[in-house]
Amino acid sequence: MTAVGTSSGTATVTLPTDEQILITREFHAPKHLVYKAWTTPELVKRWWAGHRGQMTLAEIDLRVGGTWRYVMTATGGFEVAFHGEYREIIPNERIVTTEVFEGMPEEEALPESEAPLNLVTFTEVEGRTILALLVQTSSKELRDMILNSGMELGMQEQMDVLEQVAVSLR
Amino acid sequence: MVLAVARAATTTDAFNAVAEPRRRQILDLLAGGERPVNDLVGALGLAQPQVSKHLRVLREVGAVDVRDHGRQRLYRLNGHALKPIHDWVKTYEATWTERFEQLDVVLEDLKAKEQGDDRSGHQ
Repeated sequence: MTAVGTSSGTATVTLPTDEQILITREFHAPKHLVYKAWTTPELVKRWWAGHRGQMTLAEIDLRVGGTWRYVMTATGGFEVAFHGEYREIIPNERIVTTEVFEGMPEEEALPESEAPLNLVTFTEVEGRTILALLVQTSSKELRDMILNSGMELGMQEQMDVLEQVAVSLR
Repeated sequence: MVLAVARAATTTDAFNAVAEPRRRQILDLLAGGERPVNDLVGALGLAQPQVSKHLRVLREVGAVDVRDHGRQRLYRLNGHALKPIHDWVKTYEATWTERFEQLDVVLEDLKAKEQGDDRSGHQ
């Protein structure tokens, strides 16, 4: 089998307002399949962690008011967990859910009412799907913190690599 | 870790400065080269004091540099100061790029399975 043109390039991240992050990506698949991969626990387990670790849990109760919870063990050994509640579900079209990062110290943790909202839309154009994930936060500080978390995870990975190198030199 | 905190704080300041749409517009204009204030005022359609205010914020975080040239004040982009912001978003972007690459693999499986189901359905 020849390599299929699966890669549609990088995710595009833009910042439409001070409180938002917009992530977009085109997929070479119809939207009902992208929706399925996005909402089926055993499929989510295969992609959500990227190359940064293994997902140990993906729970999805796909109904308005239902909750989800994802747990991954990052390559460095630490656990990262998120959960949220579904606010709106239009099958194959749109999902609105809250997303709470569970790693915050208790005193800094936000009330659930201020949790960021993820608005995901699936738009099909000629057999391809444009996925747009809009992260709507309650403040610029929170938005920046979310952007920063990527930085920290990336740095953590670098630290881990550094540690491996250091150990190998002993 | 102190380093990480210091870097995050600096980046946040610059980031906030750049987050304002008018200021992003100014940076876009300056990306084309050095410009006097009057030029920016004309291009933006804003009053001079407003433009000066935005330029001051951008200067404070080092996003733009200014020099006097005769009677004019010329502003230019400082790419070096903007790089951390670029990197910051890029790292977040990389997380999603990785996820989506894995998702591509899942989708290929789903497509293959669906085609297989179609074929068996027609037999």
